[in-house]
Amino acid sequence: MSLVHLTATEQKRLLSTGEISSLQLTETYLDRIATHDGRVGAFLRISADSARRRAQEIDARRRAGQPVGKLAGLPIAVKDVLCQRGERTTCGSRMLEEFCPPYSATVIEKLLAEDAVLIGRTNMDEFAMGGSTENSAFQQTHNPWDLQRTPGGSSGGSAACVAASMAPLSIGTDTGGSIRQPAAFCGVVGLKPTYGRVSRFGLVAFASSLDQVGPVAQTVEDAALLLEVIAGHDPRDETSLPEPVPAFSASVGKPLENLRLGVVPDHFAAGLDSEVEAAVRAAIETYAGMGATIKEIALPHAKYAVATYYVIAPSEASSNLARYDGVHYGYRTDEPAMLAELQAERKQLAAEGKQAAVEELDSALVRMYRRTRAEGFGPEVKRRIMLGTYALSAGYYDAYYLKALKVRRLIRQDFNRAFEEVDLIASPVTAAPAFRLGEMVNDPLAMYLVDLYTVSANLAGIPGISLPCGQTSAGLPIGLQLLAPALEEDRLLRGARMVEQATEWHTQRTPNLD
Amino acid sequence: MSNAYTTVIGLEVHVQLATQSKLFCRCSTRFGAEPNTQTCPVCIGMPGTLPVMNREAFCLALKTAVALNCKIPEFTKWDRKQYYYPDLPKGYQISQFDLPMSENGYLEISDPKGSFEPKRVSIIRAHLEEDAGKSVHDEIAAKGDSLIDLNRTGTPLLEIVSEPDLRSSLEARIFLNELKLLLTYLGVSDCNMQEGSLRVDANVNLHVPTQGESVPTPIVEIKNMNSFRAVERALDYEAARQYQQWQETHQTLGNAPKQTRGWDEPAGVTRGQRSKEESSDYRYFPDPDLVPVTVTPDELEELRDSLGELPAALGRRLTEQHGLSQYDAQVLVNQGRPLVNYFLEVIELGTDSKAAANWVTQEVLRQLKDREETIEQFNVPPDALAELIAKIKSGDIPSTRGREVFEVMSGAGQTVAQAMDALAIAEVDLSDLSSLCEKLLATNPKIVADVQNGKLKAIGSLIGQAKKQNPNVTPDQVRETCLQMILSQGQQ
Repeated sequence: MSLVHLTATEQKRLLSTGEISSLQLTETYLDRIATHDGRVGAFLRISADSARRRAQEIDARRRAGQPVGKLAGLPIAVKDVLCQRGERTTCGSRMLEEFCPPYSATVIEKLLAEDAVLIGRTNMDEFAMGGSTENSAFQQTHNPWDLQRTPGGSSGGSAACVAASMAPLSIGTDTGGSIRQPAAFCGVVGLKPTYGRVSRFGLVAFASSLDQVGPVAQTVEDAALLLEVIAGHDPRDETSLPEPVPAFSASVGKPLENLRLGVVPDHFAAGLDSEVEAAVRAAIETYAGMGATIKEIALPHAKYAVATYYVIAPSEASSNLARYDGVHYGYRTDEPAMLAELQAERKQLAAEGKQAAVEELDSALVRMYRRTRAEGFGPEVKRRIMLGTYALSAGYYDAYYLKALKVRRLIRQDFNRAFEEVDLIASPVTAAPAFRLGEMVNDPLAMYLVDLYTVSANLAGIPGISLPCGQTSAGLPIGLQLLAPALEEDRLLRGARMVEQATEWHTQRTPNLD
Repeated sequence: MSNAYTTVIGLEVHVQLATQSKLFCRCSTRFGAEPNTQTCPVCIGMPGTLPVMNREAFCLALKTAVALNCKIPEFTKWDRKQYYYPDLPKGYQISQFDLPMSENGYLEISDPKGSFEPKRVSIIRAHLEEDAGKSVHDEIAAKGDSLIDLNRTGTPLLEIVSEPDLRSSLEARIFLNELKLLLTYLGVSDCNMQEGSLRVDANVNLHVPTQGESVPTPIVEIKNMNSFRAVERALDYEAARQYQQWQETHQTLGNAPKQTRGWDEPAGVTRGQRSKEESSDYRYFPDPDLVPVTVTPDELEELRDSLGELPAALGRRLTEQHGLSQYDAQVLVNQGRPLVNYFLEVIELGTDSKAAANWVTQEVLRQLKDREETIEQFNVPPDALAELIAKIKSGDIPSTRGREVFEVMSGAGQTVAQAMDALAIAEVDLSDLSSLCEKLLATNPKIVADVQNGKLKAIGSLIGQAKKQNPNVTPDQVRETCLQMILSQGQQ
């Protein structure tokens, strides 16, 4: 069996006993990427040389008996939305195609501090906006289970590379489901932590009040290990929480006693794919079989979650993305061409005697802004900037943004009430398995509705995990979502690990690649 | 003319707080550095960076708000004010919109010359925000390129907005003086207008009595005033301009839009600015990167206790407890707390407060001005001045020579005794006086004869001669001794 088919936890053990070296492991993954990523397209860039150097350096330290970190020698792929000093960080956008930040995200610093080997940057929907990774400005990512299908998004590259065994672990980000949904589509584990659990410093913002960084892994145990490393208070992020981080990887194997599992009947209403429903219900049955109490609960405001999300997230995005204006860094339109065009327009209007229209012409600065943003952003990003700009405009603010904030509070209250009665809530991650590439590109609304089961956790700021719980008859993975109260990642991981240990879904491998 | 209308003025003052570092990052706020050398990824808004509030800036703002008698809510938050401009690198300014850190305060103003009744000017609100960068437009180069300096970006500003309670340019200037004095006493800002630490915009219109009603004219916001004097001139110009416009157009507040005009200092006029740039929708919304700030009643109490005596209270203490005139008190207070402390030390040594006030407000200030020194650098410590005043009072130093002694003391840094030695000021021995007078009488028989004939004034010329020979003798001493000698000669 190839090393790449071991879990990260198993690899970590072999590394620590010296049975394998990090260089050997890294080379194996680099080979695997070279062989398969041409078809999957999970990676935007591979750092083969620096990964090898780093692996050798860690191996040397380990051989010399020096202390090494919790992730020592493990290759990790990172979504191209986290800044790393001196490395390109594109966010899947033309706007930042050449952008090299002079600072590193806290998450990157934590990974490096624990001796991870960063092997490459994964593809994503532009600025994390999308659910299929089709909004990347650079390339398409294919679902390793069926190359005609989407890996999901926006962390599609991060989920696909783990599913295709091109990295044992990866980092994704989740604003409305962007870790959990691709994890479900790709048959891997993805966890969105409590808002504030992981520092956002250096994470290029999409929607600041919703964004969280989280782990993507083959197993719940591996996800616990990675979360333990990246979580923790950061004085550089005011919204980061001061609570200490439990040793998730130490406790993850301990089953929850007297588990009360909540199920929301509305989650199984019309629109849910029957095979997905069957798999999720089977997982719930597995819990019942292990002695858990299954309890029906209500989340009465959940039906407004998608609408609420698509006011709040674009509003924040419209503001966060205002900085990409071509002035200080990033893409700028071809200035001489822009000025020539403006000059030609002025001449044309003057020749036609339209003096008033000449007065109304853009200044060079305004035209530079327009051109830069028109050329630098893709259609989905523009759509969301327009949505958000509209929602925050005078006269609409109260009806949209303010109303959405109120509903958000109600959604949070729903969860607070529900978690008085249950310990975890189980649901599907998506209503259907991975759809075909291109299937929804012309139907943005249908694409937004894919987030139905995932956005509530972001709005409420609570942690959620997606783990494999079945396959369709066509062999596509199906995910189970578990949600826990804020800061209860330990409970979430232990609960997820229970069903993982009782089933074999996490050991299934992509048939098309092997 | 002055009865033809009432001028109504509200001021908007931006104060740069005297923090070491910026409002949301640790970059220095020092003025005058090379362009773009005091920046970091946070203040230039690079992707993924996050602001973290500078608690020191918040404390300085809070101090000011409390000193302005504002209500301080327990909860305040940050909002983004969004607009595109090259010197605003994030595309928004972090400011405060609907829940500012303070509201509903006031500042008392009065004119020592009594041109208006003392009044309370209401403060609508004072809120914190970050400054933008500076655009330098190259007007000469053909391409018209602009340069951006982001050193100032993120510097903490306190925006103080008054109600339109001011009724003349003089009131506006006195309000600004009083505000600046308060800020200086609190040590929250250096208030340097040239360096942009204090910026003033004014909203002004007229209320014109018309057929028994008071009709308001359209409001004009004046910008680009770089000194208090400029504010005064611009307001005077603008009031006259608006009255003329009213007579021509009869436009009122309701039927014409608010206008922004810039003050052109060399030309002494205000000029209209493009109205297109004013109608912005800033799309304010709460900044999700920053947590709300809470101020507990205990923290507020502690802050109140730390404020110290503010200028208004200090002025009252000087008049009520130390019997100074309003005028003297104001002169002292306006010079700042260190000079007041100097004065207080002088009177604590038992000096009469009126005499001390005269010395400090006249001689001390004159010396400081001539020497371009601050009171902290001044050569004459308070106890030396107290001793000088005491010696003059006791007659040890002739009152006519007090200033001379003081000048020597401050010039050479000498004690009273040293200065007196240097000037050879000493008490005249009585036998020395007698022999001096005897000599004078002997050498001036004509004067003796004149006196004997009843022309007592003739003795004056002897006084002059006596002083030449011994500068310490006083005119009275010489007059009395000589008269006695002449009269006793006559009796013989």
